Amino acid sequence: MGETSIKVENVGMEFNLSQEKVDNLKEYVIKFLKRELMFQPFWALKDVSFEVEKGDRLGLVGMNGAGKSTLLKLISGVMKPTEGNIEVKGRISPLLELGAGFDPDYTGRENIFLNGALLGYNKEFIESKFDEIVKFSELEEFIDVPIKNYSSGMRARLGFSIATSVKPEILILDEVLSVGDVKFQEKSREKMESLMDSEVTLLFVSHSVDMVKSFCNKAIWLQHGKLMAKGPVDEVCELYEEWVHSDKS
Amino acid sequence: MNIEIFNHRFFANFKKYNFLLRELVSRDIKIKYRRSVLGIFWSFLEPLLSMVVLTIIFSTFFKRSIPNFPVYYLTGLLVYQFFAGGTNGAMRSIKNSSSIIKTVYVPKYMYSLSSILSNFITFLLSLVVLFIVMLATSAPFTIYIILAALPFVALLLLTIGMGLILATVNVFFRDMEHLYGVLLMMLMWAMPIFYPAEIVPESFRFIQYYNPVYAVISCCRSVFLYGTPYDPMTLLFAMVSGVVALIIGIALFYKYQDRFILYI
Repeated sequence: MGETSIKVENVGMEFNLSQEKVDNLKEYVIKFLKRELMFQPFWALKDVSFEVEKGDRLGLVGMNGAGKSTLLKLISGVMKPTEGNIEVKGRISPLLELGAGFDPDYTGRENIFLNGALLGYNKEFIESKFDEIVKFSELEEFIDVPIKNYSSGMRARLGFSIATSVKPEILILDEVLSVGDVKFQEKSREKMESLMDSEVTLLFVSHSVDMVKSFCNKAIWLQHGKLMAKGPVDEVCELYEEWVHSDKS
Repeated sequence: MNIEIFNHRFFANFKKYNFLLRELVSRDIKIKYRRSVLGIFWSFLEPLLSMVVLTIIFSTFFKRSIPNFPVYYLTGLLVYQFFAGGTNGAMRSIKNSSSIIKTVYVPKYMYSLSSILSNFITFLLSLVVLFIVMLATSAPFTIYIILAALPFVALLLLTIGMGLILATVNVFFRDMEHLYGVLLMMLMWAMPIFYPAEIVPESFRFIQYYNPVYAVISCCRSVFLYGTPYDPMTLLFAMVSGVVALIIGIALFYKYQDRFILYI
């Protein structure tokens, strides 16, 4: 038994799916007076429990809307669960939506510092990693150009390079291996593999079961917010694929 | 939630994200003036030009009642502009950072606070204009100018408190932005920024007395314009209002911040 890295206990996440989203005061008052304020609860996750040990590489499989991204957001601390508990030990590096924290008017250089700061690093640390980030992203010529003039591939390359410049203890990957051109994809795949030694805990979301199988040693299957199966990757993926095929026929 | 744990987490987080706060503040300032030829000089030029215009218009109207109109106007304008700019920036801060809030966990007040602090730095820089105008109009330079630091602190607390309240409200009700624009305009006209306080009828003076922003302005006018210490009660009122606003702001923000993500 290794050390527990992530512990998810009876987690539920409730959203309010009202027909019309009331986001202004005028409508709110009118609807309140007419008693039309509707609250339609929707549980994106319900009663989900599992543990991830340090060094585990956990794959998340499931259909669209099964609650995979919600679960990742809960683990990364971006959202708080409506009920239940989540314990996380170690520094998380989120690779969801690469480059979300970029400022378009900032140059590549300035964005490295801004993004590093958002990930919780200090100035000295980012300075020490700066050359490595620039080199890996292959953006040496464009580093003093504002990001708004970058192509989307260049932006993603920079985001990927920043997020993976530090060896995190927990790495969250949400289908990001399709970054940049073929050459860079190959390179980022290698980088991922180099990060994935016994120290790193990985959470990996993909629609491709083959990818999950090749990266992960364990998996969980979510369906409509419920945990359908957890365990070794082959078992879970087999159950999942069986279900997918039976559902189609 | 246990208060002790709460404090502990707050300070640890603040230390961890200290560099982020500095990055966000300098980002706001840099972006504001990037690619403008005069750059940071705009924060001097803008109040200076508006002062020139209003001095030409109003100094003839209020010649007798306001002895040094340029300084009278500038103290009022700069304080008001910081309050308006800071609260407005904070109000929009959470919504404008929505994409990053959805991706990475960062204490959310960082976005609001950084927006206020960058406005505060611009405010402090624009005081240079005030000093230049004071020299040009041979206003009295006294030791009391140092005392301006206290009303500035009160103003900063008030702005942070109001900013946090507005940021929280604006997440849930988008029309706050339009409403607040009107409220700010009312605030500007309700305060003697470019008219003398005395022209307001006695029965409406309470609007001035119970306005903490005006309390700060009148403290500043005492030291910058008249070269006298200000009334301690006026300062106390501003300070207490600032602290109360801050407490309400923090309480409201902390109560609702976990739900922000569902609405942005």
